[in-house]
Amino acid sequence: MKLYELTIHEAHELLKKGEVTSSELVSAVVERVEGVEPRVKSYITLTCEQALERARQADELIARLRKSGEEIPPLLGIPIAIKDIICTEGIRTTCASRILENFIPPYDATVIIRLKKAGMVMIGKTNLDEFAMGSSTENSAFFPTRNPWDLERVPGGSSGGSAAAVAAGECIGSLGTDTGGSVRQPAALCGVVGLKPTYGRVSRYGLVAFASSLDQIGPITKDVTDAALLLNIIAGYDPHDSTSVNVPVPDYTKALVPDVKGIKLGVPKEYFIEGMEEGVEKAVREAIAKLEEMGAEVIEISLPHTEYALPAYYLIAPAEASANLARYDGVKYGLFLPGPDLWESYRLTRGNGFGPEVKRRIMLGTYALSAGYYDAYYLKAQKVRTLIKQDFDRAFEQVDVIVAPTSPTVAFRLGEKVDDPLKMYLSDVFTIPVNLAGICGISIPCGFSGGLPVGLQIMGPAFGEEIVLRVAYAYEQATEWHKKRPEL
Amino acid sequence: MEYEAVIGMEVHVQLLTKSKMFCSCSAEAFGAEPNTHVCPVCLGMPGSLPVINRKAVEYTIMAGLALNCQIAEFAKFDRKNYFYPDLPKGYQISQYDLPIATNGWLEIETENGHKRIRIRRVHLEEDTAKLFHMGDYTLVDFNRAGIPLLEIVSEPDMSTPEEARQYLIKLRTILRYLGISTADMEKGAMRCEANVSLRPKGSKELGTRVEIKNINSFRFVKQALEYEIERQRKLLEQGRSVEQITVGWDDQRNITVVQRTKEYAHDYRYFPEPDLPPLVISREWVEEIRARLPELPDARRERFQQQYGLSPAEARVLTAEKEPADYFEACVALYPEPKKLANWITGEFFRLLRDTGTSFEDVKVSPEKLVKLLRLVDEGTINQNTAKAVLREMFETGEDPQKIVEKKGLSRITDTAYIQSVIEEVLDANPDALQRYLGGKESTFGFFMGQVMKATKGRADPKLASKLLREKLTELKKNS
Repeated sequence: MKLYELTIHEAHELLKKGEVTSSELVSAVVERVEGVEPRVKSYITLTCEQALERARQADELIARLRKSGEEIPPLLGIPIAIKDIICTEGIRTTCASRILENFIPPYDATVIIRLKKAGMVMIGKTNLDEFAMGSSTENSAFFPTRNPWDLERVPGGSSGGSAAAVAAGECIGSLGTDTGGSVRQPAALCGVVGLKPTYGRVSRYGLVAFASSLDQIGPITKDVTDAALLLNIIAGYDPHDSTSVNVPVPDYTKALVPDVKGIKLGVPKEYFIEGMEEGVEKAVREAIAKLEEMGAEVIEISLPHTEYALPAYYLIAPAEASANLARYDGVKYGLFLPGPDLWESYRLTRGNGFGPEVKRRIMLGTYALSAGYYDAYYLKAQKVRTLIKQDFDRAFEQVDVIVAPTSPTVAFRLGEKVDDPLKMYLSDVFTIPVNLAGICGISIPCGFSGGLPVGLQIMGPAFGEEIVLRVAYAYEQATEWHKKRPEL
Repeated sequence: MEYEAVIGMEVHVQLLTKSKMFCSCSAEAFGAEPNTHVCPVCLGMPGSLPVINRKAVEYTIMAGLALNCQIAEFAKFDRKNYFYPDLPKGYQISQYDLPIATNGWLEIETENGHKRIRIRRVHLEEDTAKLFHMGDYTLVDFNRAGIPLLEIVSEPDMSTPEEARQYLIKLRTILRYLGISTADMEKGAMRCEANVSLRPKGSKELGTRVEIKNINSFRFVKQALEYEIERQRKLLEQGRSVEQITVGWDDQRNITVVQRTKEYAHDYRYFPEPDLPPLVISREWVEEIRARLPELPDARRERFQQQYGLSPAEARVLTAEKEPADYFEACVALYPEPKKLANWITGEFFRLLRDTGTSFEDVKVSPEKLVKLLRLVDEGTINQNTAKAVLREMFETGEDPQKIVEKKGLSRITDTAYIQSVIEEVLDANPDALQRYLGGKESTFGFFMGQVMKATKGRADPKLASKLLREKLTELKKNS
């Protein structure tokens, strides 16, 4: 087995036993990056040199800890990739946007502080759709990322770089962000694991905001155990984020029990719709059958307001984005294109700094909040959001988790949907309700359709990460899908 | 036709919290080196998030209670969106439809007695950065950005510029009594906007209103309103209509200048701030705050009349600001003659403040020293006029009155007429001794001298007294 193919927990075991060093591990990943990155293009910024230095430090620490008989923390010395929308001190954070192309944050996001404390070695900052707006990573202002399973296809998005990097062995694990499915959908399309934690579970401080009431940082990993390990580190209350919730953080690895007997799985009929790819439905149905066979109880349920989730999302998210992105005016940081007067400077800076999808959403959001339209659009959408949340509340009175496809299709071809935003938006139709309801969800590999990975989505109630991880882990342990790697 | 003005006020007040509204930067930024009280949060850096300053909410509740408002059980913050370089995030975190306090009032004095001005709302927001226009470029100082700002909106209950001025003065007094703001207009800690419309006297309908911005002193408030009312009156008398505009007060030219017409009115696209949870204000917290509210000016004025027997005018003058009222009470505690103290403080003391341009905080005369001065008068050590001179010196140097009196020999009586009258009394009271003197017993002179000094408590100028006594005795001898 090649070192870059290891999971976090596998690498940790080897580091612990002294069978490999962090330097060897990081070097192997760096070599892998050098080999495949020109084809996959997962990274906007690579920090290989700093990573090798950090690895040396990690090795010293591991040696010291081993000598004194102390425990070696699970992430110490392990190379991790970070979506380039999470602020990293001294390392540029572009959000895949021209407007922040040269922005170097003077601070770390809370999750970065936590990961650094845990000993992470950051390998680089991964590509994304500009400001996380998109489902294919084609909206990156710099270049699109390719799907390691088929380089002519998209990795999904917006965390496409993070998912592709994990799938391609360009890192051991990564962080993405999920506003409407941006962790789960690319995880599904790249055949890896992606967890969207409950809103408030992970601090958003230092995550460049797209839609504040929906954004959440989550791990993208090679298996469920790694997702639990990363969640252990990044979860928890942060006084700098007033929307983070002060709920104790359990040891999520304790939830990893390969047993689903008696667990009630809700299968929402609204998630198996006309127009959905046959191979996807088949793989998901088979996965559900597998879980049933393993002793889970399958219950058909209804989430009646599902069809309104997408339109509600495309009012709320752009509305928040229109305000969140107002700060990029060239006055304080980022791109500045001076014009003859203030307004012309704004027009030039923002006109050239933002890509078409970002502009589209700023305009949508500005419109939805405008006097005379607010009630009909924004307020109505918020009411729909409440109804969707109530759908889930009712469902979770009846079932423990809800299972469904992560995305209606497998990875599509580059360029296939770029000219049709509506078609692109539909790619997130199954993931958006989780964000609107503020609950948690995971996508795990559950098969292939036409040689491309299919994701099974497991949704849980707010702060129900443990049950979600348990079901995901049990399924994973009973199947081999997570061991499949693309050939590159 | 006779018109009457309808005036409403919108006042912004910086709160005296230690840290800013949503971050831990110091809020005491006035006069600091530009852009030194800043952090990612108040600079609106990507990924930064606001955290509510609890003290600022507490201060807002205090203001709400002092202004007789209802305190919301559930309030929230909203984003007010507009582009301008003084707004680092491109939106201001403010409060829109659920402010912390609503429906209150305060009372002002008018020619026709007390008048209640209703308060529509009191809400909390963050201050913007300060812009320095340098000709062809502009500098931004973000020290001010994020300082907690209270917005107090009145109902249009004022009908003269003087009432508007009184309203502001009263508001400032209350805020200072609460200790939640310096409310200093010169330093920008209190800023006000007025809206004014005219209507035919007696009419209930409101005319088109004009907003006046940038009025940064009590004097300008009155001037700007007077100017604007006159401008509108002329328009209406000419049969023309008043446009709905925003004007600014130009204090150089003493005119209002159009800043914005109706067509350019902002659409602020308010929506709930998703980065902050709603504020749930428990009744226990409100009651706890209410219980420790300081005595407010109206109540104190009443008490001064009742407790100290002061006239309404004296009580009003003394309680118009917190410091003189505190000063007065500190003096009364040492010297239980409130009427006399009120007289001195509102008279000589205030005159000196005015003449020397001293603010109350900088006064060097402690209540102990003032009381000491009054005692010197009571004891006859100095007279009223001398005491005034001593007080003036105390104002300048802060020195003890006793010391001033001694140093300058102010207690020495050099008043010829007075000493002569004392001599007369002494001679009248001692006819036998006088006879002895006139009979040639010169040594009796010493006795008379002693009596004169005794009668003046030793304060008569001995040389002068001796000279006057000798003159008097010589005169008597000649005539005898």
